[in-house]
Amino acid sequence: MNATFSIWRGDAEGGAFREYVTEVSEGMVVLDAVHRIQADQAGDLAVRWNCKAGKCGSCSAEINGLPRLMCMTRMSDLPLERPVALAPMKTFPLIKDLVTDVSWNFQVKKGVKKFKPRPPDAPDGTWRIDQADIERVQEFRKCIECYLCQDVCHVLREHHLQESFIGPRFFAYVAALEMHPLDTEDRLAELKETQGVGFCNITKCCTRVCPEEINITDNAIIPLKERVVDEMYDPLRKLFRLFRGS
Amino acid sequence: MLDGRDSRLENHLTAQVQTHEHDVLVIGAGGAGLRAAIEASTAKVSVGLVCKSLLGKAHTVMAEGGIAAALSNVDERDSWKVHFADTMRGGQYVNNWRMAELHAREAPARVRELEAWGALFDRTRDGRILQRNFGGHRYPRLAHVGDRTGLEMIRTLQDHGIHQGIDVHMEYTVVSLLKDGERVSGALAYDREKGMLHLFRAGAIVLATGGIGKAYRITSNSWEYTGDGQALAYDAGAELMDMEFVQFHPTGMVWPPSVQGILVTEGVRGEGGVLLNKEGRRFLFDAIPENYRSQTADNEEEGWRYTQGDKSARRPPELLTRDHVARCIMREIREGRGSPHGGVFLDISWIKRRLPDAEAIIRKKLPSMYHQFLKLADIDITRQPMEVGPTTHYIMGGVRVDAETQMSSVPGLFAAGECAAGLHGANRLGGNSLSDLLVFGQRAGAHATRFVKDHRAGQIDQDQVDAAARAALAPFEGDGGEGGAEAYRVQHDLQEMMQDMVGIVRRESEMAQAVEHLAKLRDRAARVRVDGNRAYNPGWHTALDLRNLITVSEAVARSALERKESRGAHFRDDLPAPDPAFARVNVVAKKGPGGEMRVERRPIPEIPAELKQIIEEMK
Repeated sequence: MNATFSIWRGDAEGGAFREYVTEVSEGMVVLDAVHRIQADQAGDLAVRWNCKAGKCGSCSAEINGLPRLMCMTRMSDLPLERPVALAPMKTFPLIKDLVTDVSWNFQVKKGVKKFKPRPPDAPDGTWRIDQADIERVQEFRKCIECYLCQDVCHVLREHHLQESFIGPRFFAYVAALEMHPLDTEDRLAELKETQGVGFCNITKCCTRVCPEEINITDNAIIPLKERVVDEMYDPLRKLFRLFRGS
Repeated sequence: MLDGRDSRLENHLTAQVQTHEHDVLVIGAGGAGLRAAIEASTAKVSVGLVCKSLLGKAHTVMAEGGIAAALSNVDERDSWKVHFADTMRGGQYVNNWRMAELHAREAPARVRELEAWGALFDRTRDGRILQRNFGGHRYPRLAHVGDRTGLEMIRTLQDHGIHQGIDVHMEYTVVSLLKDGERVSGALAYDREKGMLHLFRAGAIVLATGGIGKAYRITSNSWEYTGDGQALAYDAGAELMDMEFVQFHPTGMVWPPSVQGILVTEGVRGEGGVLLNKEGRRFLFDAIPENYRSQTADNEEEGWRYTQGDKSARRPPELLTRDHVARCIMREIREGRGSPHGGVFLDISWIKRRLPDAEAIIRKKLPSMYHQFLKLADIDITRQPMEVGPTTHYIMGGVRVDAETQMSSVPGLFAAGECAAGLHGANRLGGNSLSDLLVFGQRAGAHATRFVKDHRAGQIDQDQVDAAARAALAPFEGDGGEGGAEAYRVQHDLQEMMQDMVGIVRRESEMAQAVEHLAKLRDRAARVRVDGNRAYNPGWHTALDLRNLITVSEAVARSALERKESRGAHFRDDLPAPDPAFARVNVVAKKGPGGEMRVERRPIPEIPAELKQIIEEMK
């Protein structure tokens, strides 16, 4: 059986959707079709990928307008009576074809204060942690950094607030650090001042596109917003901060 | 080539090579590369880290089961000595014993260090790092996070490393190493985004490029694993060792075809999963090797008790070493007792007969396997068996290095992790890879730093730069193939050929034929023409990767011909038994003076009495 793909070809200078017809066999995912087109018809078609098993988060794209991983999107789940539209993530600057410049994300991460553990619990330099205390954090640590949540977030996609808003991926990252049972760092001031947690208005678009099914909005962003409110706007704490001189 | 064209090309080259300078250049940013870069940066030398993909996407991210380290948190009988003996037994005693010793001694500290950097492993009841069972490990030894340990490890190293002042060059590929006399002095690379060439001057170089899986059709490896480090080192005059030992992981997905080869973690068996043929028989009970008999359960009941933590029980035969399990699976398939799509069944769902909350346990212990099968194969592993078969997973061989320093035979050139040889011998135990990356990544980083402090940087020879640049751009001037698809075709033909002729079951005649085929493929690869320009052009990248793939494939085939016996992962149909004479040698491949590949047998150094005694005591 054949399927038609309408793939964006071009670079920052410009480009257009181009159609390719290729054979689709049982169990195929979109990335397989892209590879087949690449090998047979378009040797220089740019696509980023690695594991092909939903574990590395490299092959993010917009498939029929939806941000998804190409390696985890089955052809059998797409309507094939019309061309399958493949476009690069819109939020990031285009490099070529399906590949975008996601380096901004790496810059943002560098700006988050690093993990700072409490002193070890045992004389041998190790810690004792209850399994229950790590499970909440493990959810965020499942993140494969595909940046689909960043792509779909309207604060970045429509309003381009990259300078003052770190996006859902990094709220989940900050949440993982803040809720890490050993961490002693305080990241709340930055969250409010420079990382823009207040800009999120909880539309949950990020949660819906997450291939790891991380509950970014409910479990990361909302608790962070609450912490910021508790810390920054609570009058008693404000007074306390005044005396503490911070 | 026409003169005019040539000089245009030259202008092109010299005008566009950008220069970078680092004390230590690390090539590859998986576990070993990141750990090496962190170590070197801690010593305050300038560190460059070059990675073929984006940071955090390297194959380490795919590791599922865990990190082997004798922490003795779950079973106090464990110690470095047991881990050492297990590693040597698994490697059929052709391992570098000193590396096996260092690895077993240092792995616990490397794991604890990860925790200090933020990694969150699953816990024991008293809050320590939990350890799970794995093939070939006598006691539960693998620190893990569900079945996504590799992600936890690479993210921890990455997130720690970005605050260390390391210069990361993402989506850069090194195409050639540069030398000053005998020693290494730099490297030439291209970036994927623009296709620009980059000259790296370096006081020392650490290769950490991983494996060669893309030489085979069925593999768990991604596009990156084209033997770059091994081939770069070989071309620079270093020796490759043990290249005949390619690990075929027993359990890769087999259906649907597009997912063939994707890894199914050994953790499934560690948690009680069983391998069945189409008759429903646990065929691994049928052939337990002699050297493992005393440690292996001879009935299903005892095997089950072992997976549930009964310390008096012996492990089930599903947890024998990977080479053995893979061969048993091949036997079942060949003899007509396989599953409908040419594999065998791997069943974890059966544990519901033993445990009331089996479904929740499976989803908790094996979340990514659950997800992977549900999404890609419409299989709910809590209810149905999986279909699995062997997949090319890992190479035990690689750059021959000094055990203490990880330096190759080329001064200033180090190698760590999968691209280095020695630790695993003829077969790697599951879980010993992640610990390998940490232990020897750390050592390579430390010793590369020391090398830089003890030696003045070498000079860059412009002729070498020009030659490497010309070779890198040659595919735009090639005359081979129509329509720009030739690079992909050569790669495909190579993979088919290696799969068929130098695969799990080997024969002299087929391997000799493979060597001849490789010469033809090399000619085709040299003439490949690619379409398009230098900006993010996968056809061009594939054409350049081919050269490395063919070099390492030749090393695999020639080394396999030289080892005239069966041992570990190297199985010869025509010589199915081990030969004691070969227990005393490693096979080494090196470039001869005329550019031809030479292989020779190298005696294994005598093992010290105290280590020998440990091995004997644990037998």
